[in-house]
Amino acid sequence: MSIKAENIKYVYSEGTPFRTLALDDVNLSIEQGDFIGIIGHTGSGKSTLIQLFNGLEMSTEGKILVDDIVVGQDKKKLRNIRQMVGLVFQYPEYQLFEETVAKDVAFGPMNLKLNQEEIDKRTKEALELVGFNYDRIKDVSPFDLSGGQKRRVAIAGVLAMKPKYLILDEPTAGLDPAGRNEIFEQIKKLHKISNVTVILVSHSMEDIAKLVNKVVVLYKGKVHMQGTPKEIYAQSEELVRIGLGIPQIAELANELRKRGFNIKSDVITVDEAKEEILKEIRRRKNV
Amino acid sequence: MDIIKIENVKYKYSKEDTKYAVDTVSLNIKKGQFTAIIGHNGSGKSTLAKLINSLLLPIEGKIYVKDMDTSDDSKLWDIRQTAGMVFQNPDNQLVATIVEEDIAFGPENQGVESSEIRKRVDDALKAVGMYEYRTRPPHMLSGGQKQRIAIAGILALNSDCIILDEPTAMLDPSGRKEVMDTLKKLNKQGKTILLITHYMDEAVEADRVVVMDKGNIKLDGTPKEVFKNLKEIKKFGLDVPQVTELAQALKEEGLNIPSDIIHIKELVDLLCQ
Amino acid sequence: MFKNLTIGQHYPVESPVHNLDPRVKIIITFIFIFSLFLIKSFTAYLVVVAFLAVAIITSKVPIKFVLKGLKPIFLIITITFIINLLMTPGKIIYEIGFIKITEEGLKQAGFMAIRLTLLIMGTSLLTLTTSPIILTDGIESLLKPFKRIGVPAHELAMMMTIALRFIPTLMEETEKIMKAQKSRGADFESGNIVNRAKNLVPLLVPLFISAFRRADDLAMAMEARCYRGGDNRTRMRQLKIHRGDYVAAFIFVIYLATIIISRIW
Repeated sequence: MSIKAENIKYVYSEGTPFRTLALDDVNLSIEQGDFIGIIGHTGSGKSTLIQLFNGLEMSTEGKILVDDIVVGQDKKKLRNIRQMVGLVFQYPEYQLFEETVAKDVAFGPMNLKLNQEEIDKRTKEALELVGFNYDRIKDVSPFDLSGGQKRRVAIAGVLAMKPKYLILDEPTAGLDPAGRNEIFEQIKKLHKISNVTVILVSHSMEDIAKLVNKVVVLYKGKVHMQGTPKEIYAQSEELVRIGLGIPQIAELANELRKRGFNIKSDVITVDEAKEEILKEIRRRKNV
Repeated sequence: MDIIKIENVKYKYSKEDTKYAVDTVSLNIKKGQFTAIIGHNGSGKSTLAKLINSLLLPIEGKIYVKDMDTSDDSKLWDIRQTAGMVFQNPDNQLVATIVEEDIAFGPENQGVESSEIRKRVDDALKAVGMYEYRTRPPHMLSGGQKQRIAIAGILALNSDCIILDEPTAMLDPSGRKEVMDTLKKLNKQGKTILLITHYMDEAVEADRVVVMDKGNIKLDGTPKEVFKNLKEIKKFGLDVPQVTELAQALKEEGLNIPSDIIHIKELVDLLCQ
Repeated sequence: MFKNLTIGQHYPVESPVHNLDPRVKIIITFIFIFSLFLIKSFTAYLVVVAFLAVAIITSKVPIKFVLKGLKPIFLIITITFIINLLMTPGKIIYEIGFIKITEEGLKQAGFMAIRLTLLIMGTSLLTLTTSPIILTDGIESLLKPFKRIGVPAHELAMMMTIALRFIPTLMEETEKIMKAQKSRGADFESGNIVNRAKNLVPLLVPLFISAFRRADDLAMAMEARCYRGGDNRTRMRQLKIHRGDYVAAFIFVIYLATIIISRIW
């Protein structure tokens, strides 16, 4: 069970002066249970790619397979695919429209034509998954909530579809550090308890490095690198070259190495850096 | 000289609110200074910016911009001209369908003469490095470019001071860098900058950092003085730069490292001695 | 992708027609439309065609683009033609069953079709050679004298400018919300009219909320940039009448005189 992209090419505005090759020969495989980060800056093709995954856009060449079903081959299966591949857009709070939180979250399950009992059950589950007390939140108007809360309601709206694959496009955009941490904690918990495959899209390694087990770097419409976060960080200078931010710690490690420090190339966290630096200093003393 | 003087200001959005959004704040901003105000969402930092620009009026206390009282109606337009404001959403502050027309919007409102507007627009465009984009429609630009246009729009007003309310919150890393580089350059040329942000790496670049929480000023000083208070800052729902955290962790391990390190280079230099 | 959408149908090249003052172009276009209704003979249409041909050639706009403007109203032209053809009484020249075609009908129908075609071509040329902002400037300037009788010239122009500025933004937003709701299983394409209208609620509510939020933000940003209505406001780009405008006006007067003379004869 997986999402596969095979030789994907995507061209938009074909036949106009604005013709752009957004994706160029992309091959990718996302396995069930994975926690994947897709990073790339604006215009790298990452937004287009995730829309291909749930059939909102169709590739110009190549195909996408979701659990071995070719996306778009059978239009009737599109709704099915969109249920399997849940997509949370950037600033998802702007899609809320119902009078109450519960009704808004129930929109997805309703479209799936489930029975009322199942709809209620899923709504409750989804809201609890994103950390709400169901009874307290269900009758509140989504428009009375704070920005961060709205965003969690919107994420619950996608979770209520019970997707096997959950894609989140910049889920923390515009939030302050506390809001950012809260959302990331929730996503981490979600992946742990529900075994949903999570695909996080971001333009910075910093946010996702601690969460994911695999990173795909997109650059100019191509898969530029892929591997574990450590493997990618080992090439942090390349990340900087293609305009992607790296955490200060990785930058520091690079600088130290340049100055002759014997330090691993893949340190990401403050603790790792501390251990590495202490080790090196002890080593130097002993010499 | 203090270009902005805030004296015991209180503000709340509606009478029923029990808490003040800005609660007894006093703050003076020196001319030419680059000040960053940081705080989590709802800490009152955006409200403070709107108060300075006279978009909101204090319930108690006084604010002076270049010695003009912001609650003095007759000075309203002079105040807004002196302290120009850039907002968070780049799409929602550009008025015209062509970049140069948008920058002209401010001086046109001031009744500046046509040839002088042309000059100011060209100068402002060059100052933010967007001159070659002058005839483009704004919706075809990137987020960072749009914010630079918004900044140019304020420059064309001949403002001494630029207040920016989370101008980078909706931008990607390269857009953020574009905006920060522009601000640093303008500051060097003498503009007073008041940057409201929740990105610590931006605050580190400022001359002065003010931390707000629950409508109050909690910390105020140079980036070094402020960020060394690691535990306190985390308590306010904010982060400190990772190097500061690392430096303090190393210090606890007995290394001879000061606790106020905020730049990568400082730590590297110390460790490589 | 709505990002590359161009508003209106402005065809951006340098030409003497493009460089004309928008006010001159607007006035000429208005009188041109009026002149079409003066015409009584097919020969006079030749004068109009000649005038339009000169204008189009000088404008450097490919004829293809001018004709494109006819597409959306092709149906209207056809219907007008048929109604005139069948409804005008007179000397019958052809008849099947209850359908009677008269000589007068044929003439009338041809007349109307040509008139509409020329009218659309003339106005298309105005929008093809004038960018929306310059057009707005022109309209504002022309309406200014009517301010005293309560025509809000500046406000209208400002509204037009803001509308032009935000149409692409809102289009993009519409697309985004549509996709977001589709991801939650929404269906905008099938069902009967009532269902389809109902299905639009999840699109329209967020769109309106967002439009209001943007309006709010924009109002604050405009205030912060010292906007206080049209009084004492200056403009960077000032409209000026050049030699070309006099030439255009002169040619147009000759055209108009010919039309009037043809009518009197």
